Amino acid sequence: MPKSENTKSRRTAVRAGCAIAVMGVGAGLAPGAVQAEEKKLLIGIVELQLANPFFGRLKKSAVDTAKKNGLDVMTAEANTAGDSATQITAIENMINRGVKGITLDPANATALVPIVKKARDAGIVVVTTNTSLAPMTAADAAYETDNLQAGVLIGQWAKATMGSKPAHIAMLDYDLSDKTSKARHDGFLKGFGVAEGDPQIAGSALNMGNAETGQTAMENLLSAHPDINVIYTINEPAAQGAFFAIRKAQRDILVTSIDGSCSGVRSVADGTIGATVMQFPTRMGEMAVEAVIKAVRDGVKPSGFHNTGTVLITDHPVAGVDSKDSKWGLENCWGE
Amino acid sequence: MQDPELTVATAPQPDPNESAVAAAAAPLASLQRPTLSLFAYPITGPLFALIVIFVVFSLTTSTFMNAGNMSLIARQSVVIGTLALGQTLIILVSGIDLASGAIMVLGTVVAGSIASHGDAVLAMALGFVVCVVAASINGLVIARFRLPPFIATLGMFTIIAAAARLYSQSRSFPVTSDLLAVLGSGPEFGTVAVTYGTMLWVALTLALGYALNETPWGVRVYAIGNSPIAARLNGVNVTRVVFSAYALAGVFYAFAAWQALGRTPIADPSGYQIANLDSITAVVIGGTSLFGGRGGVAGTFIGTLIVVALKNGLTQGGIDSLYQQIATGALVMLAVGADQYLGRGHRA
Repeated sequence: MPKSENTKSRRTAVRAGCAIAVMGVGAGLAPGAVQAEEKKLLIGIVELQLANPFFGRLKKSAVDTAKKNGLDVMTAEANTAGDSATQITAIENMINRGVKGITLDPANATALVPIVKKARDAGIVVVTTNTSLAPMTAADAAYETDNLQAGVLIGQWAKATMGSKPAHIAMLDYDLSDKTSKARHDGFLKGFGVAEGDPQIAGSALNMGNAETGQTAMENLLSAHPDINVIYTINEPAAQGAFFAIRKAQRDILVTSIDGSCSGVRSVADGTIGATVMQFPTRMGEMAVEAVIKAVRDGVKPSGFHNTGTVLITDHPVAGVDSKDSKWGLENCWGE
Repeated sequence: MQDPELTVATAPQPDPNESAVAAAAAPLASLQRPTLSLFAYPITGPLFALIVIFVVFSLTTSTFMNAGNMSLIARQSVVIGTLALGQTLIILVSGIDLASGAIMVLGTVVAGSIASHGDAVLAMALGFVVCVVAASINGLVIARFRLPPFIATLGMFTIIAAAARLYSQSRSFPVTSDLLAVLGSGPEFGTVAVTYGTMLWVALTLALGYALNETPWGVRVYAIGNSPIAARLNGVNVTRVVFSAYALAGVFYAFAAWQALGRTPIADPSGYQIANLDSITAVVIGGTSLFGGRGGVAGTFIGTLIVVALKNGLTQGGIDSLYQQIATGALVMLAVGADQYLGRGHRA
């Protein structure tokens, strides 16, 4: 359910006041009466499950940017991964409350399309953050990490680091029906220069993007393919779990990942992870909310895809791939 | 206190309308039916399934059948295996615990966070207390206030999962304490690593098996699972025994939390999200009846190995993880189907 910050009781009072006014004056004036009482613009921020600190940081950045600009915010978040039903209910409530703009981190690329259309038909500016709708033009604009590019960066780094050594790759994927997961996976293979199904890919296993399942997946892959020497992981917790399996098996394996959490950057610094790609949730939230504000205040509607940044973080730079070291990474990382 | 088994067997039938009493009073008669010979040894089915799985993977995957991989399967089994011991106890009294995994995870984050800036012994003690208290609350509302176990523990599951995130602020805590991570170590012989966690899992299984099969308390647990009404009429304090099952399950969840920290030395509130269902799966595949009163920890031990070996073998065979979930689901339905068939025969 959507939660309002600071504004709920005041607005309820305003609503009640309006309802009484309407009874006296006539129903036709109600929307105008509400708007006349609005001092601050209201926008809605719809996030994914806050259990993931990335989404927590993204939400905080969006809320902070809105408040800094004198806006009121209504927030809501999915309860679990893929929980689009909660997000749809939240947007319905936001339309009823008369928000002017919505930033949405969609739990599902297609399930949210009809409600977003309804919101836009009602004159609300809707931009997506983190991941977009299908088609992307279902929303006004998209602000997200170019996850394909992120994958390409670690793929290129891994290829350059391996040099002419024969590669035996393991892919520790999250569910590939997830758009972000698929883009990262495809990007890594593209950057490394191997096609799907290439014999250099020794094996792949799904994990749930946490240490425990990353470890089990890596143990099983190593048991079947002791020659694995480079791995792609969906995120840093999975990489950290995979590292426990690698350490136990006493192997020397190149570990690559994506996210740029502070814990992940520390793993780069201590050598657990060879290279990771940083995302920038703070910038993502700022850019999205600023675009909404501009659209509402100045009438300039945003459009298209906006990459919020990808930076390769490694202490072993290679020629031809731009990167920053873990020291820079620790100054710019997100989460704990 | 009298031996309750004796009481059950010799009790006069106090109410001719109470068919459950009759059923509980004469369980041996139905065992003599030839179709139920398999039921006399409830672990026959699971053991057979485990052997089939091992044979199939040995023939199809060259890296499956070796001592190193066998020890890996054992290591991968310890967390769910230990958790499933508590779950077995609860299912034996016709209950279910959807909060088991969440309680364990709360135990790991409490212990992991305290150990990150404090005393490891204190951390572990508090982790244990948290697990036992949470499980005892389940026991209290179910045994004393008669809430349906499914709903009560579903509520507890969401409360505890949220509590773990709030407490940890969704952070994870790397474990550096030797005490907390000790179960992940142990003697190694080349690729074969037998961890203390594996030994603890076996020891706990034997201990609970003894308690269930050789003590008056164990007899009461089975009696309640077969028929709480008959048990009560025969002088068993049902409320107290059911509560004890949930509370003792909490002790096993605490051990599972310790196992989890030994296996993956990070206390992570987002870990083990479906451990509750995995533990139920292990119990059911192991042949313990969801109706209660039938089955036991030997089956659960084998059921856990089945679930883990399937995942291990299919991943090594390069088969999509989703097929592993389908295979596990099919086994659950098979196990429950067999139980339904045998259970009806038993009670008719």
